[in-house]
Amino acid sequence: MEILHYTDAHRDFRERLRTFLAEEITPHVDQWEADHIVPKTAWQKMGAAGFLCTWAAPEYGGMGGDFLYSVICAEEMARTNHTGLCSMLHSDIIVPYIDAFGTDAQKKKYLPGCISGDMITAVAMTEPDAGSDLAGMQATAEKDGDEIIINGSKTFISNGINADLVIVAAKNPAEENPYQAVSLYIVEDGTPGFKRGRHLDKMGFFSQDTAELFFNDCRIPAENILGQEGMGFIMLMEKLQQERLMCAIGAQAAAELMLELTIDYCKSHTDAAGKPISKSQAAQFAIVEMMTDVKVGRAFLDKLIGSHAAGENVVVETSMAKYWTTDLDKKIASRCLDLFGDFGITEDCPVARGFRDVRVMSIFAGTNEVMKGIAAKFMGL
Amino acid sequence: MDFKLTKSQKEIQKAAWEFARGEFDKEIIIELSKIQKIPDKITAKAGELGFIGIHFPETYNGGGMGLVEYALVAETFCRKDSTLGTALMFCAYGTECLLRNGDNTLKDTFLPDIVDGQLTSTAAFLEPGQGNDLSKMSTRAEKDGDHWIITGKKVLVPAAPTADVCIVLCQTDADAAPPAGMSLFLVEKGNKGLSIDHPRQNMGGRMLPLADITLDHVSVPENTLIGKAGSGYRLTQQFFMENRIQIAAQAVGTAQGAFDRALDYVKQREQFGKKLARFQVTRHKLADMASKIAAARYLTYYAAWCFDHKTIEPHLAAMAKMTATRAALEVSDEAVQLLGGYGYMTEYEVEHFYRDAKTAELFQGPPAVQKDIIADGIIGKLK
Repeated sequence: MEILHYTDAHRDFRERLRTFLAEEITPHVDQWEADHIVPKTAWQKMGAAGFLCTWAAPEYGGMGGDFLYSVICAEEMARTNHTGLCSMLHSDIIVPYIDAFGTDAQKKKYLPGCISGDMITAVAMTEPDAGSDLAGMQATAEKDGDEIIINGSKTFISNGINADLVIVAAKNPAEENPYQAVSLYIVEDGTPGFKRGRHLDKMGFFSQDTAELFFNDCRIPAENILGQEGMGFIMLMEKLQQERLMCAIGAQAAAELMLELTIDYCKSHTDAAGKPISKSQAAQFAIVEMMTDVKVGRAFLDKLIGSHAAGENVVVETSMAKYWTTDLDKKIASRCLDLFGDFGITEDCPVARGFRDVRVMSIFAGTNEVMKGIAAKFMGL
Repeated sequence: MDFKLTKSQKEIQKAAWEFARGEFDKEIIIELSKIQKIPDKITAKAGELGFIGIHFPETYNGGGMGLVEYALVAETFCRKDSTLGTALMFCAYGTECLLRNGDNTLKDTFLPDIVDGQLTSTAAFLEPGQGNDLSKMSTRAEKDGDHWIITGKKVLVPAAPTADVCIVLCQTDADAAPPAGMSLFLVEKGNKGLSIDHPRQNMGGRMLPLADITLDHVSVPENTLIGKAGSGYRLTQQFFMENRIQIAAQAVGTAQGAFDRALDYVKQREQFGKKLARFQVTRHKLADMASKIAAARYLTYYAAWCFDHKTIEPHLAAMAKMTATRAALEVSDEAVQLLGGYGYMTEYEVEHFYRDAKTAELFQGPPAVQKDIIADGIIGKLK
């Protein structure tokens, strides 16, 4: 019995996506990992094939799909074993801000490009001194006639190099209450005063173009504010549930993939006497324990996806799922490598990249410590 | 019982720290790790100052000290930098096989240069398609007059492309029941028939790229046989016992280095209006980390001390290796977490401590292999 009710249309969509990824994405992944970026044309191919922003309304060029299409996209992308073409971030975390809070004019201007892949998006919240603590944000936005001037530095911005459109969180220096000071702004590539900093070197996520972004007297038209002034925190809070749920979905799919690759290896590789690794009792128990964790995670997650799709407030469970699945990834990656032995030290091992990649998942989108803090708060502790 | 380091041990620790502080350059380490190279001349410098082969007799230019002193140097180097520290401690990898069992002329020929950092060594045990299982070797060495002819393939040999000499485990008696009939040989880089594959890209330990080697009728003189013919498996296990204590010491340093960086960070980083070090959960994380390091360190020192006092047993070395590399992984994992987004960035170093810790946990047998050895030791023979 499936917890989620996937229809034949969903299943066909998953098959089409899987075929598309196998043909158009997976063959290039190693090159993109080496290049530390994904070419924009790959995004356009995704868009042209209908795999970006699947929820978007047909009037903008979308397919108007339900949340399960977003889930399918996130799961299948995770199975490509790379993170550069971070379409989940674009489709189901960033562009929804424009859809939910944008004016008609903004939606008309930006959504078609986001759906076609001509416009890659990034969201700039984190700053060098404000990570999980968004209230500590320093970037400012000040009105000057019919323009807004943005100043500040942002860091760890995913899609930072490729982004054509950046949603920037900045605060009004005149407002003392930090929770009422933040607004969101749309900054287009090429706006004077908007510069990209370093393309950051990191443990994993090699194909993902994480970067610093700088705003120096960056002037944007006043109509580029996204949503109401001072409502930044409220908008972020509203959207963070889905952001963290998407992370959990990606993490769950990554755990499933790593375990699957490891089981294949253990069944097809032997010791000197010709006995497959999977016949070792210790390996069997390790695999069974991992599979149990993965299945427990899947059941919890699918239930949560159903609740979220039904519009329920599941902030506690989402925080739990984000921390639990991303911790699970670390544990599974490490235990899987143990089964590969010395071969696990090399990047030729199919789980080595996963080991490096998943390590950031317990940090981004709110650290797992922040997740526990949120759960504690909403549990009334 | 005396847990104090002697005056000379403290001096060694201090000298190792000063060397590492003076010679280990963070930027250079990060850049060279990307291309899997070790900084120029650093091996020679470490050799010149007596850090390589500190546990070798003075007759071979060694320090005439024991594994405890080796452990202090390894820990100190890896604390400063896990990648370079490990690479330096591995530039004499496998040489203990030669020192403890080799022919005198062979020792005279190679040991002084290795100890001085003029030559580097490695060792090749693993073969394709059998994981960590060394009970059967496909690589064969056959006697031909006063030479041995070696043919076979070895995999995942650390720093194979740069090593000048390589200890190779071969089957010399094809009819012996596994794991009998194996022998160790010393093969030089220039030997005809020895070819080294392009090194693999490492996930961790990026100054020690693993490469596969092929031996196609490599002819080596009789005296390159280390120990007696047929003793190869036993000598390999003896070497592994020693090497596991060495890896444990490197892991203790890796854990400490990650801890140092995390501690510095949480003492200065403020979030939610206060220093991270003031949050109870941060304090408890640090308490866990420090406890794990202490447990790993004293078990490792004890194993090294037992080795020096000739009371070491394989299961104690395996316990030290398993415990210390696990501590290194858990502590560096928590260090990455405490540094948040910075922890994932190359520039902040702890990310490579984490990869190096996992590498140490996998190298020379992942936990399951160590547990097999420990179980053998503590259960004994069943009736």
